[in-house]
Amino acid sequence: MPADAGPLIEVAGVGHRFGATEVLRDVDLQVAPGEIVTLIGPNGSGKTTLVRIVLGLLRPDRGRVLRRPGLSVGYLPQRFQVEPALPLTVRRFLALARGAERGAIGAALAEVGAGRLVDAALQELSGGETRRVLLARALLRKPDLVVLDEPTLGVDLNGQIELYELIGRLRRRRGCGVLMVSHDLHLVMAATDRVVCLNHHVCCAGRPETIETHPEYLALFGPSAARQIAVYSHRHDHAHDLAGEVVDPGAPP
Amino acid sequence: MIDDFLLRALAGGVGVALAAGPLGSFVVWRRMAYYGDSLAHSALLGVALGFLLGVDLNLGVVAACVTLALLLTALQGQRRLPTDTLLGILAHSALSFGLVAVAFLETVRVDLVGYLFGDILAIDSGDLAWIYGGGAVALGVLAALWRPLLAATVHEELARAEGVPVTALRLALMLLVAVVIAVAMKVVGILLVTALLIVPAATARRFARTPEQMAALASLAGCLAVVLGLAGSLRFDTPAGPSIVVAATALFALVLALGTLRRRRPPSPR
Repeated sequence: MPADAGPLIEVAGVGHRFGATEVLRDVDLQVAPGEIVTLIGPNGSGKTTLVRIVLGLLRPDRGRVLRRPGLSVGYLPQRFQVEPALPLTVRRFLALARGAERGAIGAALAEVGAGRLVDAALQELSGGETRRVLLARALLRKPDLVVLDEPTLGVDLNGQIELYELIGRLRRRRGCGVLMVSHDLHLVMAATDRVVCLNHHVCCAGRPETIETHPEYLALFGPSAARQIAVYSHRHDHAHDLAGEVVDPGAPP
Repeated sequence: MIDDFLLRALAGGVGVALAAGPLGSFVVWRRMAYYGDSLAHSALLGVALGFLLGVDLNLGVVAACVTLALLLTALQGQRRLPTDTLLGILAHSALSFGLVAVAFLETVRVDLVGYLFGDILAIDSGDLAWIYGGGAVALGVLAALWRPLLAATVHEELARAEGVPVTALRLALMLLVAVVIAVAMKVVGILLVTALLIVPAATARRFARTPEQMAALASLAGCLAVVLGLAGSLRFDTPAGPSIVVAATALFALVLALGTLRRRRPPSPR
């Protein structure tokens, strides 16, 4: 990773409309190397639109998007369904990653704790397994920035906790920046460095512990949001692997 | 003793089946069956225009298919009507325009049934050159684009985010399908072209573990259907094009039935 300071990506004054609907208004967003930024907001608040703009999949009507030159981005789409008529193993799917080395596939799968899935058919994976395989595909691109749109959609609670821990570990090991979209506030708050609360514009942004008392945040998510944060703060005394077996948390993955 | 016309028919049919297998697999993976059908329906208009303008008929067919595909892309810009409605409008109006245009051709007698249902026994050496030339070009381009095209087929947005030029690839695939339709028209006719694209690919799915296996097996199933169909057509004196499609469907049904039987066979231990 280049040592130069400054954000990996910077979005400034971005606005976008779909027809008569103004989806985004004057949005600023930055992600620095090694930083986990989480976008939260109600349904239809423009989170996915903003992510698509960051990825370059959508050109905004207004504003600037600056990417660090040569930036490599790994992306986990929100919906991932593969046509059942297409016979594809996990190995083959990973080999399709643009800019990936073939030899790195096994290591990338092991890194996300999904090594045993290498020969599985892509369409037969569970929600949590699919997320891990997508994460492995992102890692194969040696990403400076990983963008995840609702990474825990269709994953059960334990799987969600594991997934957020995995994302945190990968960030530490790889030093990449992470931009996540989520609306499970309770889990996200503890797994993130900075929260950006979006409702067509940036309502508030900052460290999780300051956001959760912010009046705009409480107005958007209600007083129950503050209580839910406790769910994640407990320490578990054991961990589960993919198959649900209890494993020693001290052991290397 | 096999007659020359039969050998040419066999060679032509096999050539078409070889090209149709891999492209048909993409048509199945990308859910483009109706799309392919609509392109095929516009082929007759291409034939008529070829006669009217005095250009090569195969080029006329490719041009008509491409025009229809571009028209569809433009119409998809409006969001009030779903794509299958647009395809239905385009397919049947293109066919009707083609039939009307053919009626205007006073100087040429067009063998309408031949174009609609194929005339494989009338294949001459020029047709064979077109089938193998066009088929080889289509397969060559497909092989060159295979990896990015597969990536875009698995998940278009993911591929786009990784920098794969998905729009250009979609256009390229559409062109390749147009070429294969023009190539296959002589064998099974424009109304049955889609069957040659999708039935062998659907048959191959059962046995395939990788996309490449499915493409190759689809070609094989197509060749088998051509041989069986032609043999049946000779034996029972039935039209060749539809007989080939019937053979392809019989293979598909057989594979389906075998699969169902195999799933029922092992009694569950209690």
